[in-house]
Amino acid sequence: MKDQINAIIKKYDSDKSQLVSILQDIQSVYNYLPRSALDKVSKKMNVPRSQVYALSTFFRAFSLKERGKHIVHVCLGTACHVRGGELILDSLERQLDIKNGETTKDKNFTLESVNCMGCCATGPVVKIDEEYFGHMTNDKVEPMLNKYRGKQ
Amino acid sequence: MPRKLTSADDLKSLQTRLAKSLDSGKPRISVCNGTACRPYGSNPVVEAFRATIENKGLQDRIDFKVTGCHGFCERGPIAVIEPGNIFYQKVKPEDVAEIIEKTALNNKIIDRLLFEEPSTKTRATSQASLSFYKGQSRVILGNNLKIDPTNIEDYIAIGGYSALSKALFQYQPSDIIEIVKKSGLRGRGGGGFPTGRKWESCRNAHGDIKYVIVNADEGDPGAYANEGLLTGNPHSVLEGLIIGAFAIGSHQGFIYVRNEYPLALKNITAAMEQAEKLGLLGKNILGSGFDFQVRVNRGGGAFICGESTALMASLEGKVGEPRAKYIHTVERGLWDRPSDLNNVETWANIPLIINNGPEWFNKIGSPSNTGTKIFSLTGKVNNTGLVEVPMGIKLRDIIFDIGGGIRGGKKFKAVQTGGPSGGCLPESLLDLPVDYDTLIKAGSMMGSGGMIVMDENNCMVDVARYFLSFLEEESCGKCVPCREGILRMRQLLNEITEGEGKESDLALLEEVCQCLKDSSLCQLGGSAPNPVLSTLKYFRDEYEEHIKLKKCRAGVCKALITFSIIEEKCPGCGQCVKACPSGAITFLGKRKPVLLDQSKCIKCRTCFDICKMGAVKIE
Amino acid sequence: MSDTVTVTINGNKYSAAKGEYVLQVARRHGIRIPTLCDHQNVEPYGACRLCIVEATSGGRTRIVTSCLYPAEEGLIIETDSPRVVRNRKMLLDLLYARCSENRVIKELAAEYGLEKPSFDPEYWTTEDCVVCGLCCRVCEQVVGVSAISLVNRGITKGPAAPYLESAQACIGCGSCYYACPTGAIRMEDKNGYRYIYNWNIKYKLQKCKVCGIEWAPVKQLEYIRKKWNLPEDFFDVCPNDR
Repeated sequence: MKDQINAIIKKYDSDKSQLVSILQDIQSVYNYLPRSALDKVSKKMNVPRSQVYALSTFFRAFSLKERGKHIVHVCLGTACHVRGGELILDSLERQLDIKNGETTKDKNFTLESVNCMGCCATGPVVKIDEEYFGHMTNDKVEPMLNKYRGKQ
Repeated sequence: MPRKLTSADDLKSLQTRLAKSLDSGKPRISVCNGTACRPYGSNPVVEAFRATIENKGLQDRIDFKVTGCHGFCERGPIAVIEPGNIFYQKVKPEDVAEIIEKTALNNKIIDRLLFEEPSTKTRATSQASLSFYKGQSRVILGNNLKIDPTNIEDYIAIGGYSALSKALFQYQPSDIIEIVKKSGLRGRGGGGFPTGRKWESCRNAHGDIKYVIVNADEGDPGAYANEGLLTGNPHSVLEGLIIGAFAIGSHQGFIYVRNEYPLALKNITAAMEQAEKLGLLGKNILGSGFDFQVRVNRGGGAFICGESTALMASLEGKVGEPRAKYIHTVERGLWDRPSDLNNVETWANIPLIINNGPEWFNKIGSPSNTGTKIFSLTGKVNNTGLVEVPMGIKLRDIIFDIGGGIRGGKKFKAVQTGGPSGGCLPESLLDLPVDYDTLIKAGSMMGSGGMIVMDENNCMVDVARYFLSFLEEESCGKCVPCREGILRMRQLLNEITEGEGKESDLALLEEVCQCLKDSSLCQLGGSAPNPVLSTLKYFRDEYEEHIKLKKCRAGVCKALITFSIIEEKCPGCGQCVKACPSGAITFLGKRKPVLLDQSKCIKCRTCFDICKMGAVKIE
Repeated sequence: MSDTVTVTINGNKYSAAKGEYVLQVARRHGIRIPTLCDHQNVEPYGACRLCIVEATSGGRTRIVTSCLYPAEEGLIIETDSPRVVRNRKMLLDLLYARCSENRVIKELAAEYGLEKPSFDPEYWTTEDCVVCGLCCRVCEQVVGVSAISLVNRGITKGPAAPYLESAQACIGCGSCYYACPTGAIRMEDKNGYRYIYNWNIKYKLQKCKVCGIEWAPVKQLEYIRKKWNLPEDFFDVCPNDR
């Protein structure tokens, strides 16, 4: 991990103003922000641990907890809300048996709400990893999840 | 990739050469693979076109372009074929071979793929003749159709970067500022501050190091105008930025892209790399001696970072907390240096203004609101998508002409503009011209372009509650009024929507609103009252019904509604029984109406949505 | 002199340095403006909003925080106009609902006529912290160790040690405790140790070789000693017996 972190820091010239970008790259690699990675950043860049911790808790994009294999993003933007986006979130919470922000016990799915992905015409929208699902209705939730459950 | 351009003439020659090959006479197929079309499966359509063209060896006979947003997102995937400007919608991979054979190679129209106008039931052939497009003025977005955003040559072929060339070699920086001032361009991010004046203040500010920033954080939920523009035509924004940097005297720019826009991020990064390779960005641009570098930063999932000082804090590696703006950011901004921050759309207007002149710009829109504005028209309209209209157009024209009216034959109730900082406007105000000043007077604002249409099935109290929940999550938490006040307002609205509202709640709500307006640190808190105050102003009776009668006329607030089966309409098909997540509906046999158990009903609306017989009632 | 300006506060004219913050000008002349997040040893932050005043300049009047508003020629300030008082009252109302049992907040709220918060008692909380940030700001700007920071955002925003564990960089100096305006930091010296409970700190106290009093955390003294290059035994004796 040390090499990985150092490489990322080097990519940004150890520039303290690029801390957010550095944390984002770390999360891209590990799927969350491991504490040891954050401590390494703090040490290598001579930035107080408290500051690194503050950044990782302020920005919603960051997760300090390990996340699932597949990230399920459900949009709660206005256009999606107006078309029933919250009901889709409810449905997902029921089907996955977890609450918004949590990860399933088998670590397959993490459910995260997002405040607008920019596909407002096709709302309500759910995105699993890189795949977008538009015009979602409650009955479409299970087949959509099944695609990522290893069964069709 | 052509070699580096080191003079205005270099660019001109390249542009002439590329324009010629654009005019080759080959049929051209443009398919949108932008973010909003992806959920409709635009990617498989694009792959199908690529594969078919390759398999049939048609690469030299057909010009196939994968483009950004065409605007009519509701009908995606979209393919536009030239010659003829033929507009095909809801294209499937199975249609691809036919489109290539019939339309591209043989000029024959495939009727079923044309858009059918609901009012006339006729099918329009050309894009320009569609009711959705007729009322628009697509001076900016219109170019999306002509270019592959990942290829700089396409942009140059249509005249791209000639404005930059003109700016660098024919004008002084002060001339450019005068041109922008004369154009009357106002900030498209929502504030509507005159751009020319902002640039002038920044130029005149004390200090040699100045920054220019593109705000691509577009946090308003429901607004994706910036996304369509940045993804579909990143060079237009980049060109505008370089011109602005030259005018202000800045050599370092930043583009702050929302984390939730991966495609926009990809395209702008690639655009910068290509521009640099061609000598249009970086050191000694086009041999002019002007140096300019740009850094791209991603947002971290914080709406507050759309606020200029919070954005700058984030660029400095700090948490996105705004600071007081008693000293403007054009004087002391990023790292306490003069900084000019403008919205994506503002920057995209610059090349047009330089190329066509400020008088041309003045002819569009109205006197103090010149030019066009891009809106993401969404919600309960038939035609949703990105529309570009002249300022001053009536709300009614956007919603009913371009938007095609309310879907499902329902009744218009309200239109929300300006995102969480804006307000809801009722039917009585549909003839208002859409411009900065009028919208503010009416209790809303322009914002970055979100325009969400609501119908009789949207509860205005729930809308206010929704926006406050959103803002509660996004508040940075620094100042007392916003952090504590939004929470209390949301709690009050929760009580009202749950049937626990008291008469005194409305007065208390209004008092908290006033405190937030007056004493918040930034406009997240300062404008948070707008959704509440505008809905109270125009829809007060709905609030009173919730409080006094415990009634939600739109059938939305769960605690105030019950679902029931209209027995005469229920054929006993059992669809709802299967779909019901809480097992509240029992199948009693074919041709017998089903039985709904109120105690188990969780009001999820699944049965209502799934029933084709309209046998579920919400009251 | 071009660097001095005249401002009017509550009808009276005063001299100020150009760009000096209005709050400082007011205080110099004994005019009381309530604050929570202001402290003379750190940069103004503008978070509590209690120091708001009505400022008129260039024909435009607006509500601004006096801690960050720069004085300029001809500026007119009202520190207790009806609009200001109304806003302060609501701000305190909001704080009261959050800190419904805090003495400092209760007193301030009472000054503005609030016997109890206007909000539903069901939602009152008993916080002491008003998220003024002084503990963190003092730790960063005065002490220089940045052991703690404001974490999270929105209603859950608050000062905390990294990972909500023991703040490793803390030297136990207690500056946070002294700076806190509402007594939200719980610190005590007990049985030879300094405890700062908010940051899970338990540090051994240095015992004076002369009088035997346990007077400061060892870690703090070590920090000072190293920073100023003082001899090893410099802090063996407490200030009283030096």
